[in-house]
Amino acid sequence: MNTQFWVVQAFNGVSYGALLFLIGSGLSLIFGVMRIVNLSHGSYFMLGGYVALSVIWTTGSWVLSIPVAALTIAAVGLVMERLFLRPEGRAKVVRDAVIAVGIALLIQLAVGRILPPLLPGAIGNFIQVTLVVIVFAIPIYFALRRVSAVAIEADMLRQVLMTVGFAFLFQQAALDIWGGNNFDIQPPSALTQSLVIGGIYLPLYRVFMIVTAAVIGLVLWLAMEKTRMGAAVRATVDDAQMARGVGIDTNRISMFIFALGAGMAALGGVIGGAFLGVYPGLDFEMLPLAFAVVIIGGMGSLGGAAIGALAVGLADNFGKALFPELAYFTLYAPMVLILAIKPTGLFGRD
Amino acid sequence: MSKQTIKIAAVVLCLVALAVIVPRGNSFVVLLVTRALAFAILAMSLDILLGFTGLASLGQAAYFGVAAYLTAILANRYGFGLHWDFWLMVPLGMLTGAALAAIFGLFAIRATGTYFLMITLALGQCVWGLAYRWNSMTGGDNGITMKGGRPQFGLDLTNDVTFFYLVFAFFAATLAALYVLVRSPFGKSLLGIRERELRMKILGYNVWLHKYVAFIIAGAFGGLSGVLWAHTNGIITPETVVLTTSVDALLMVVLGGAGTLVGAAIGSAIVFGLREFGSTLVPWWQYVLGAVYVLTILYLPMGLMGVPERLRQWRATQKKRTTKNLASVPS
Repeated sequence: MNTQFWVVQAFNGVSYGALLFLIGSGLSLIFGVMRIVNLSHGSYFMLGGYVALSVIWTTGSWVLSIPVAALTIAAVGLVMERLFLRPEGRAKVVRDAVIAVGIALLIQLAVGRILPPLLPGAIGNFIQVTLVVIVFAIPIYFALRRVSAVAIEADMLRQVLMTVGFAFLFQQAALDIWGGNNFDIQPPSALTQSLVIGGIYLPLYRVFMIVTAAVIGLVLWLAMEKTRMGAAVRATVDDAQMARGVGIDTNRISMFIFALGAGMAALGGVIGGAFLGVYPGLDFEMLPLAFAVVIIGGMGSLGGAAIGALAVGLADNFGKALFPELAYFTLYAPMVLILAIKPTGLFGRD
Repeated sequence: MSKQTIKIAAVVLCLVALAVIVPRGNSFVVLLVTRALAFAILAMSLDILLGFTGLASLGQAAYFGVAAYLTAILANRYGFGLHWDFWLMVPLGMLTGAALAAIFGLFAIRATGTYFLMITLALGQCVWGLAYRWNSMTGGDNGITMKGGRPQFGLDLTNDVTFFYLVFAFFAATLAALYVLVRSPFGKSLLGIRERELRMKILGYNVWLHKYVAFIIAGAFGGLSGVLWAHTNGIITPETVVLTTSVDALLMVVLGGAGTLVGAAIGSAIVFGLREFGSTLVPWWQYVLGAVYVLTILYLPMGLMGVPERLRQWRATQKKRTTKNLASVPS
């Protein structure tokens, strides 16, 4: 094991850390602001990769795929947060309607296998499906309106399970839309070359990952430290009740942060898709790593997430290279120790 | 007869019906119910934590998985646990689960709420990491196939129906044991901790120790579940200890109704039924599972076991509303 080994492994670790920062920092902010353990965060990462693939297949543009994926998944996160995690007022009506249509769709899927096509052609089929869905959705909707839903805002466990439920739904949806194959996202050829520094080959793409994460991290940090909105976010992280008391619209902040976190995870998915690939199961593979980042860095702390991401990236790379059989153990065991000694993470505030 | 006696009688009746009806079904049904029962033991062990102590653990699969791996490794390498020594394997699995919980508990019990969730998640991931990467011991991603088949010792457990009866017996025994536990003074203090931890502390209860003991007991039954699971499945993979297994167990408890024990078993039956039946019928069964998650969380505050109570409340409010309406009508 010469210097080259250490340099290359460290470089790989840092670039992996850059990717983990993208998924972990959002998770950390979401936890800080909303106290929600979001188990569908890995799904955003995976879906980001898939959406980017679709964009690349249709337009051929890798550059375009990044903002489209990030914005699409940010919108998905926004809807999920507004309708299911923090529903208020009219959102509850919409939520019940969405659930009713969802169940009706499932019933339609089940019934459609038995029911013969009554109307001819694709359009006829579509009309038939729509009718069946409507027929089932309306009574379900009114039934749901009569049942008072649980206020899940106050129940940590129910929020967790809700996000798991969505993770399963996303998983199945991804399987239905994009199939079960492994895909790679091809970055433009300009990024596939290598830098040679002191006889060591450094893939340019990994340099790009580090730069991207650093830029995004810096922008976020500036926004958090220097803007009014950032100050409001920090206040919410520290004490949501107090923040509400002094007139900060924590509701809007949680919506914004959730969308931002989802978008950043999706961005990670696009960028990571070039060397991790995009495949079913990627979601639950990335999720625990994102949690490791959050836990080590401290929940709700951006700087902590950066350090946590670096630590996890390096630990993961060196672990796999030095003691492959214990690789994940050496990653999660320190996490346990940190949690046991300082539950708020290394840089989290009480 | 008191209400409690009626409830117990109802549960016993259901169990007897299960034992009579299931063996008449085809082999698919027998195996399905066997799996659900073996996993229900894990779900009930989690209910001790979640429903009776108020600790939401995201790492219950750890004890389950470690015991399952232990069973498979001992059976494959040393042929242990495949004959009469199966009866040693069972307590050994429980002891392993308990010992692991005793270690994990030292780290986890101090934490509360979300932090407890996180630390149990991390602990579960430690076990998963070992299962996934420690190739020489666990077979890595491929897992371990039980080469020796199921134990034979007078009883031929390779017969699915006989094996069903064995798992059923363990399930019933676990249900009874845990029921006695939660009705005991110890169980009552656990409930007290769930409701008002601070008050229990002030009353002089050693809250930490109570939680710790509950954690260990849950680990022991998780271990029992793992031993049975190894023989039910015949193959143990990292899937056994993956995060989603722990989450599934949580869902089962919440779906059936936390703090009812029986609810956990019902939840297990439903989730397994959906998964195994669903996956043979349609490719999109996971939508159903996701929908069950969302619906349970939003509309079943006390789980399925709480539905009669909710209906009663609903009817009471309906009645109140109609009488009010009648009263407001001028005569």
